[in-house]
Amino acid sequence: MAGVTTTTSTSPGEAAASPEPERRAGSPARPVRLLVGAVGMVVTAWLVCNIFLAFAYYPQWFAGSGILIGLLGLIVGIGGSVVFFYFLNLCIEGFPSRFSEGLIPYAFLLPGFSLIAVLLLYPTVQTIVYSFANKDSSAWVGLDNYRAIFGDGGFWSALLNNLLWILIVPILTVAFGLAVAVLADKLSSTGERIAKSFIFLPMSISFVGAATIWGLIYAYNTPGSPQTGLLNAIVVSLGGEPQAWYQIDTARLNSLLLMVILIWLQTGFAMVLLSSAIKGVPEDTIEAGRMDGASEGRIFWQIVFPQVRPTMLAVFITVLILVLKVFDVIYVTTNGRDSTDVIANLFFRKLFVEQQAGQASAVVVVLLILVLPILVYQVRSFRQQEANR
Amino acid sequence: MSGTMKDGRRRSPLAMIAMPLMVILWTIPTVGLLVTSFRTREEAATSGWWSSVFGGGWTLDNYRGLLEGTSMGSSLVNSIVVAVPATVLPIMFAAFAAYAFTFMRFPGKDVLFIVIVAVMVVPIQVAFQPMLDLLGPRGLGINGQFVAVWLLHTGFGMPLAVYTLRNYMATLPGSVVESAKIDGASHFQTFWKLVAPMSSPAIAAFATLQFLWVWNDLLIAKLFIGGGANKTVIVDLQQMLGTQGQGAELLTAGAFLSMVIPMIVFFSLQQFLVRGMTSGAVKG
Repeated sequence: MAGVTTTTSTSPGEAAASPEPERRAGSPARPVRLLVGAVGMVVTAWLVCNIFLAFAYYPQWFAGSGILIGLLGLIVGIGGSVVFFYFLNLCIEGFPSRFSEGLIPYAFLLPGFSLIAVLLLYPTVQTIVYSFANKDSSAWVGLDNYRAIFGDGGFWSALLNNLLWILIVPILTVAFGLAVAVLADKLSSTGERIAKSFIFLPMSISFVGAATIWGLIYAYNTPGSPQTGLLNAIVVSLGGEPQAWYQIDTARLNSLLLMVILIWLQTGFAMVLLSSAIKGVPEDTIEAGRMDGASEGRIFWQIVFPQVRPTMLAVFITVLILVLKVFDVIYVTTNGRDSTDVIANLFFRKLFVEQQAGQASAVVVVLLILVLPILVYQVRSFRQQEANR
Repeated sequence: MSGTMKDGRRRSPLAMIAMPLMVILWTIPTVGLLVTSFRTREEAATSGWWSSVFGGGWTLDNYRGLLEGTSMGSSLVNSIVVAVPATVLPIMFAAFAAYAFTFMRFPGKDVLFIVIVAVMVVPIQVAFQPMLDLLGPRGLGINGQFVAVWLLHTGFGMPLAVYTLRNYMATLPGSVVESAKIDGASHFQTFWKLVAPMSSPAIAAFATLQFLWVWNDLLIAKLFIGGGANKTVIVDLQQMLGTQGQGAELLTAGAFLSMVIPMIVFFSLQQFLVRGMTSGAVKG
């Protein structure tokens, strides 16, 4: 009953300052709030789930109109979560304040973490489990799936390609991004803005769109007929023979050409981050270099470069994660033919074309293991960053 | 005075030559697509697109054929129906979580946030088979409907959303929240009245990234909506990429149409995107 005594002991002036004195620290349990909140949460969640299921089961109720369903989905989704959080808060406030102070953080985390748990954590565990089961996940097969994929030359070829992608794409993306950021920084501000917009633009283009765009560059027509692909037109005008670029796996040239597409898409992203890092380099450190008579080149490499290195690393890691999962570009261009296959595409084929769920899961587990070092690195660098905050 | 710019910096001949070259190099592929989309099939098959840049003979037939003869029009609508809720729905859940991570102390906080950082790296492929079971005919049976992809994108976008918003909220002055608390505001009120409005730049940055990601996504759309009546524009485009001969001239127009909306979103929200990215959205 500590709450009652504090309330009664408040002076009139203080009570006027806080219009709801019962909300003060040390308030007792309020079972009605607790109950209303709990019931409200359940009813809201039940209602929202059912309306969403109705979108799926009975589209005819909504005249089969995608627009109407989308609009209602937005309203019900946003409204539902506002109401849900309101009841959640009400319920928590119904607890004695000693408990509610401790509970509120978890209440705020609950919806977001439930989604992460259902959509990311549970499936990760389940996929690892599936990788020890047969092709329709109905019986255990031990390590058979791993034996099957490790014994398959296609798997190693895909793994090698992934390795090439990892070694080449992030480095070149960062290098181009840095070059563009440095050069743009030396232009007039209008020139810089325009140049950066053009290089940033591909970031809004889908992989499928990009593959269509680059299809016009890599297109091949038989020798003698006019070349509609830009690259072959150049080759022919220089007196060469037109090439079917996507089919040349000598030195994995076709994979390299596919990598160009990804670098083209991602350079703008690298540029934006690196450009802001370069602008963040303190002017006086550069001025000091100039005073000492250092050349522009030396100033860049010895003063600017070390200061943007952390950003370069961050961009590198982000692109690396993207490249590990690269799928769309390969799926829509070569679909893994002519030694261009990668892990993510292999997974897709195993799961949906060959219907080998067990082997597909094993492939994902390999992907997961590949990601693990990056994961550890990310967590460690995050902790370091927090320690410095 | 040709050696210096208006703001007094020296002109750099290297930059003035190299940058336009880079811009041209980076733009040519897209220009090629745009030009080809206005050419007839015969022309596109017999000469390179560059030969018609000044040659004329442009036509809107591809776009007309696309909107009248194919599912592209309805696919565009489907993409909007998929992308807008999938962009908006994660934000509120993530914002509450980010608020807790930024302004509250509780046991397990570090571990839970490390889970977020770790999950951002996990490839979404791990989710496909279990989710197909859960949402497919063996489970809820909502596969192929918009609801399924809303749910998936909301879940998959959650780690990045929480991370982005929390990094931004950490830059807000903590004194504001403290003083609200002294004034007797509950966390719930502080969130709604102060922190959520103050975080709008980060929310806009995340929303832009998420919208582009959802709109441009092929994998989830293909697996969980498929190629039926609800297919998105990217799946439609991917199906067109496979066709040869009749209708091949529609491909470039289709690709361009699929790019228009994300480009508009991108350019109108570019400022927020850049600010959000540089203030911690992506900073590792």
